[in-house]
Amino acid sequence: MNLAIKDVQHNVGRFSLTAVGIGMMLMIVMGMAGIYRGLIEDATLIINRIDSDLWIVQRDTRGPFAEMSRVPETLVYRVQAVPGIISAREFVFHTIQRQHDGKPLRMSVLGLSWPTDKGEWLPLVSGRPLARNHFEIIVDKALGFQLHEKIKLGKETYTVVGITSGMVSSGGDGMGIVTVSDSQAIQFDSVGEALRLERSARERRSAEVDIFQNQPQLVEQLAHPASELPAISSPAISAVIASLAPGTNIDQVQELIASWGDVSVFTKAEQEDLLLQGMVDKARRQLGMFRTLLTIIAAVIMALILYTLTLDKLHSIALLKLLGAPDRTILGMLLQQAVALGVMGYVIALVMGRQLFPYFPRRVVITNEDLLQLFLIVLAISVLSSLLGIWRAMRVRPTEALMG
Amino acid sequence: MSEPLAIETRQLNKVYGSGRTEVVALRQATFQVPKGKVVALLGPSGSGKSTLLTIVGLVIAPTSGQVLINGQLVVDGAHAKTDLRSYRRHHIGFVFQKANLIPFLSAIENVQVALQLNGVGAGKARGRAKELLKNFGVLERSSDMPARLSGGEQQRVAIARALANDPQVLLGDEPTAALDSERAKQVIELFGKIAHEQNAGVIVVTHDHRFLDVFDSIYEMEDGVLKERVAAA
Ligand SMILES: Nc1ncnc2c1ncn2[C@@H]1O[C@H](COP(=O)(O)OP(=O)(O)OP(=O)(O)O)[C@@H](O)[C@H]1O
Ligand SMILES: [Mg+2]
Repeated sequence: MNLAIKDVQHNVGRFSLTAVGIGMMLMIVMGMAGIYRGLIEDATLIINRIDSDLWIVQRDTRGPFAEMSRVPETLVYRVQAVPGIISAREFVFHTIQRQHDGKPLRMSVLGLSWPTDKGEWLPLVSGRPLARNHFEIIVDKALGFQLHEKIKLGKETYTVVGITSGMVSSGGDGMGIVTVSDSQAIQFDSVGEALRLERSARERRSAEVDIFQNQPQLVEQLAHPASELPAISSPAISAVIASLAPGTNIDQVQELIASWGDVSVFTKAEQEDLLLQGMVDKARRQLGMFRTLLTIIAAVIMALILYTLTLDKLHSIALLKLLGAPDRTILGMLLQQAVALGVMGYVIALVMGRQLFPYFPRRVVITNEDLLQLFLIVLAISVLSSLLGIWRAMRVRPTEALMG
Repeated sequence: MSEPLAIETRQLNKVYGSGRTEVVALRQATFQVPKGKVVALLGPSGSGKSTLLTIVGLVIAPTSGQVLINGQLVVDGAHAKTDLRSYRRHHIGFVFQKANLIPFLSAIENVQVALQLNGVGAGKARGRAKELLKNFGVLERSSDMPARLSGGEQQRVAIARALANDPQVLLGDEPTAALDSERAKQVIELFGKIAHEQNAGVIVVTHDHRFLDVFDSIYEMEDGVLKERVAAA
C-alpha cells in the first residue's frame, strides 16, 4: 500500500488543481527558454539561408541587421573586382511601419539582387519566387497575407506571389521580399502626411533665415520632397554580400576589402556573432532573469502548497507515528507526493506548451536539452520545497493524534 | 506472585511543564497487569488516567520511574531501553475514545497499514484485515472511507486495527464513550476475551460503571495517585 498515492486519491481534485497551477507556471518557464531559442534561430536564420561568405557594410557599423548600414550601389562592382570573389550582389534590408487596411503593418523589407537572385533559396510554403523586376512580393506567413493579395506600399501596389515560413527578422517582424529597386522605392517613399509635416517645418525655419527673406522664390523649392533635392545622392543599399571561390584565403580577401576605408567586412560567423551579442544577448539575459525569478517563485509556491498539504495531514502523520511508523515511511510519503506534484506539473506544462506556443507571436523553440534541464530543475525544487513540510512532519509527536 | 506479568510500572512520576505552569499528573504510580488479565482504570477527569496509559503505551516518557513489558525493562525515566516506535508497532495496540482512523485510507486499509508497517506482505495483510473486520461485523464496509462510517463502525475498525499484530499489551482509553450501551458492553467483553484468549495484558480506562464485573481488577486514580479497589463492586 502506498500512502502517498492513497492520500492523493483521497484529494484528487485539490491535488490536480495544484498540479495544473504548477504546470502553468512551469509552462511559462519553459516558454521563456523557448522564446530565447526562437530569438537565436530567427536571428541567425536569414544569415544561414543567404549563406554568403562575406558581408561588406558601411564602415564602423554592425549592419545591416544589428544596426543600419548604407553603402553606395557601386560598391558591388568594386567587390566583384577583388581576386578570389566569384560573385557579389546588393543586399537591402530595412524595417518599415505603415498602415495597411487601417492596421499598423510592420515588415522587414529584404531586397534581392535582380536578376541574379529571384529568391529561389527562400523557404516557400506556397507560391513561387519572383518572376518580374517590379511589383511582386514574397511575404512571410507571420505577416498574415494571402497568396495573390495586393499590398499598397507608398505609391505602388505589390502582388503577393509567394509565402515563406520562418523568415522573421531578429526584431520578430515578418519579412517582405522584393527586388532591390522595389525595396528602395518602398524605403524612400514616405507617407503623404509625413511629407506635409516636413515641408511646413522647413517653411517655418525659412522665416528665420535671411536668404529666404531676400529671395522668397527659394521657399517654393523647399516644398519638394527631400529625395528630389539635387543635393541628395542616389538611393543607397544596405550591404554587399559576396561569395568566395573555393580555396580562397578568406582572411586575405577580408583584409584587402577592409583597407578601402569606407567599409567594414564581416565573415558569416562574425555576422552571426554580431546579432547574437547585440540584441539577442540582452534578450537572453532578460529572459534568463525572468526564468530564474519564475523558478524561484514556483519553488516558493510549491513549498507553501506542500506545507499546507502536510499541515492538513499532521493528525494522520501523528497517528502513523503512534502506530509505530518509522520516520522514513513518513518522509517517503511526503517526498513522493512532492516529486509527483512536480512531475505532473512538468507533464502538464509540456502538453499545454505544445498546444499554446504555436500561437505565440514569436517563435518558441523547445529543445530536448532545455526540456531535460527543466526536468532536473523541477525535481530539485520538488525536493527542496518539500523540506519545509517534512521538517514540520518530523516534529509532530505521536501524542498529537490523541488531541482534538 | 509467580504469575508472568504483561505490564509492570515502578514508581512512575510525570510532571508536565515547570515553574508556575507545573502540573503533577502522576505520583509514584506502581501497578502490575498479569498476562491474560483485563484491568479497569477509573477516576475523575484530569486525574492522570490518559497520562498513565500513554506512558505504558510508550508514547510519552515519564519524568521518572520504570515501565516493564513482558518482564523486559523498556523505559527507565526519560531513557528508552529499546526502539520505542518499533516496540510499539510490534507489541502494543491502542484504542481511543475517538476512533482515530486515517482519513485517506479505507476501513480495510486502516487495518492493513498496521500490518504492513510491520513488514507483513500486502496480500497476507489484506487477508488478515478482512478476517478482523469480519470478526467485528464491519466486513461489508471495508472499502468505505472513515468519514462514511458511523461512530460505532469506526470504533470497531479501530479495534480491529489495534488487534492486527496480536499485541501483548492492549490499551483502551475510554473506547466505549462513542458507543451505545449494547455496543459498549460488547466492546468491554471483547477486551476481556482478548486478554483471556490471547494471553495479553489489557488496560481499559472507562467512566462506565455498568460493566465492571468483566474486569479482573479495578484501579482508581485520584489526582495522580493510583489505588487498587480491593472489594469487588
Ligand atoms: N501535554 C500536557 N501538558 C500539560 N499538562 C497536561 C498535558 N497532558 C495532560 N496534562 C494535565 O495532566 C493532568 C492529567 O491529565 P490526563 O489527560 O492524564 O487526565 P485524564 O484522567 O485522562 O482525564 P480525562 O478523564 O478528562 O481524559 C491534567 O491536569 C491535565 O491538564
Ligand atoms: Mg483522558
